[in-house]
Amino acid sequence: MNPATTLREPGWFARLMRLCWRRKAASAGALITLLMILIAVFAPWIAPHDPNEQDILSRMAGPSAEFLLGNDTYGRDILSRIIWGARISLFIGVTSIALAMVVGGVLGILAGYYGGKTDRIIMAFMDMLLSFPSLVMGLIVVAVLGPTTLNLIIAIAFTAIAPFARISRAPTLAVKQRDFIEAGRALGYSDLRIMALHVLPNIMDEIMVLASLWLATAIRTEASLSFIGLGVRPPTASWGGMIRDGFESMLDAPGLVIYPSIAILIIMVALNLLGDGLRDATDPKLRHE
Amino acid sequence: MSGSSTPPILSVEGLTTEFRVSGTWHEAIRDLSFSVQPNETLAIVGESGCGKSITALSIMQLINKSQGRISKGRIMFEGRDLTACSEQEMEKVRGDALAMIFQEPMTSLNPVMSIGFQIAESVRYHRSVSKRDANKRALELLELVKIPSAARRFDDYPHQFSGGMRQRVMIAMALACEPKLLLADEPTTALDVTIQVQILALLADLKETKQMGMVFITHNLGVVASIADRVAVMYGGRIIEEADVLSLFDNPTHPYTEALLKSMPRVDQARSELHPIAGQVPPITVEMPGCRYADRCPLREARCDVATPPLTPLAGKPGHRVRCWVRAESPLLEAVAS
Repeated sequence: MNPATTLREPGWFARLMRLCWRRKAASAGALITLLMILIAVFAPWIAPHDPNEQDILSRMAGPSAEFLLGNDTYGRDILSRIIWGARISLFIGVTSIALAMVVGGVLGILAGYYGGKTDRIIMAFMDMLLSFPSLVMGLIVVAVLGPTTLNLIIAIAFTAIAPFARISRAPTLAVKQRDFIEAGRALGYSDLRIMALHVLPNIMDEIMVLASLWLATAIRTEASLSFIGLGVRPPTASWGGMIRDGFESMLDAPGLVIYPSIAILIIMVALNLLGDGLRDATDPKLRHE
Repeated sequence: MSGSSTPPILSVEGLTTEFRVSGTWHEAIRDLSFSVQPNETLAIVGESGCGKSITALSIMQLINKSQGRISKGRIMFEGRDLTACSEQEMEKVRGDALAMIFQEPMTSLNPVMSIGFQIAESVRYHRSVSKRDANKRALELLELVKIPSAARRFDDYPHQFSGGMRQRVMIAMALACEPKLLLADEPTTALDVTIQVQILALLADLKETKQMGMVFITHNLGVVASIADRVAVMYGGRIIEEADVLSLFDNPTHPYTEALLKSMPRVDQARSELHPIAGQVPPITVEMPGCRYADRCPLREARCDVATPPLTPLAGKPGHRVRCWVRAESPLLEAVAS
C-alpha cells in the first residue's frame, strides 16, 4: 500500500491509535503475566498463611486485617490459597502447553515437510483430535488415565496438540519452498537437520503466538477440570477447586467464588493481551503500519 | 582441456531425466553425455527450458522424487556412479566433494542465522572439527571470497549483505570442504554487471588455485566467453554443439548456436542487427522423432523431421561436435538417415 492511499483512507488515524493502544495493552499483558509468574514462584514467601492451615473459628469470615480476602468453608486463608493456586495453575498450564508445543510442532513440521501420505495421515489424526471440544477431550483422558497431576498435564496437552500441529504445518509448507532449503540440501544436510535447524527457527514466531494464546486456554481447562472434580486433588489449592469448594455457600460468602474467579480472569486477560500483541508484532502486514 | 590424458572428475554418460506431466513420463534431458576435467570450466548454455538446471540437479541427485526420475545413464564421479548412490551416501557427497551454487543469492541463505554460523555449519557437518576450528575455517573462507572486514561481518545476518556479498557467502559455503567439482547454476544472473564481473573473476581464480572442475550454467554468452574453457550448447534437453570456447565463437556451426550469437547485443553493431530467434522451445510433453530445433531452423530439410541427428565431430576438429544433419554432413551419416 503506498503512503497516499493510506492517508486518504478514512480510518487511518483511528487504526494507528488502536495499534498504539494494542502495543500498550500487550506490554500490560506481559507485565501482569510476569507478575503472576513471580507470585507463583515465590508463593511460599509471599503468602501470609499456610494455604492448608484451618482456622475453624473464622469459617467463611469476610475480609479482615489478618485474612485480607477472608476465609473459606474450612477457615483457610483465601488470599494464601489464591497465591498457591497460581503456582498450580501456571505450572500445569506451562508444562502442558510445552508438551503440546513439542509434540504438535514436531508432527506439524513432519507433515508440512514431507507432504503426501505422511501429511494426510498426520493431519487426518489431528482433525480427529480437533473434533472433540477441549473440555470433553480433557475429561476423557483424565477419566481413562486417572486424576493425578501428571495425567492432568497430559490431558490438557492432548487438547492443544492439534492446533500446534496445524500452526506449524502451514508455515513449514511455505518455508520448504524457499531457496535456502534447497541450498541446504545441496550442502548435503539431512532432512532431520534441515527441519530442526532451518525450518523450525523460521516458524518459531507462529508457534510462540499460539503458545501464549493457548496458555490461557490451558489454564481455563485446568480450572474447569478442577471445578468438576477431575483436577488437582484437595486439599491442594487450585483456582478451579476453590470455586467448586465455595460454590455451595456462594450466597452466604460470595467471596469464596468471586476471588478465585477474579484471579482466573486477570491471568486470562493478561495472556490474551500478550498473545494479541505478539501476533501483531510478528504479522508482516501490520509490522509497517 | 579435452583430449588431455588426466581422467575426468565428472563424466556423465547417456543421462536421461524424466518428469511426470499429468500422468505420463516425459524426457526433460535426453541421452546427455559430457565430462569435466580438473581445472576446467565447462559452460552449459541454452535458453530457458532447455534442461540446463535439470542437468545440474540430476548430477546432485536433487530431482524431486515425486515428480521426476533419472531413467537412464550414469553419472561417474570420483570412481562411482552417483545414480546408484543411496540418499545417505549422497548427503556425504553433496557439499563436500560436490558442491553447488544457485541463481538466487538473495534467498539462498537462512534469514535467521548469522552468515558465520551458516558457513561453519557446513564445515562441521562434513568434517569432524571443533566449533572453534570450524569458525576459524569459516573466517578463512570469508576472506578467501574477499568479503571486506570479514572478521567484523562474521556475526552479521543475511539481510545486512548486498546481493553480490551474499553470492560470495554462498560460494564460501560451497567451497567449505574444497569440492572437486562445483556446479554453478546461473550464479551471476541476479547480480548487476559490475558485481557479475567480480564474481566471475573470483570463481575463475578459485577454480585455478583449487584445481576444481566447474560446470557453469548460463544463458549469457558474454559470461561464457569470459569464464569457460569448453562450451556445451543445449537445446530441447540435448547437447547440440560442443566445442572449446574459441572454436565455438569462431566457428558456430549448429544453426541454433549461430542464431544465439546473432541474438546477442554487441556494442560494435547497430541495434537493428539483433536477430531474435522466432518461435519457442518445444515443451517436453511434445515428442518429435527428428531434430527438436527443426521448427525454428532456417536450414530445415525433410530428413530433419525424420530422425534425430547424432553428435558428430567436425572434419579435422575432433573436439568440436555438432548435432545437425545439414551442417555436419558426412556420407556415412547420410546412409544412416535414409
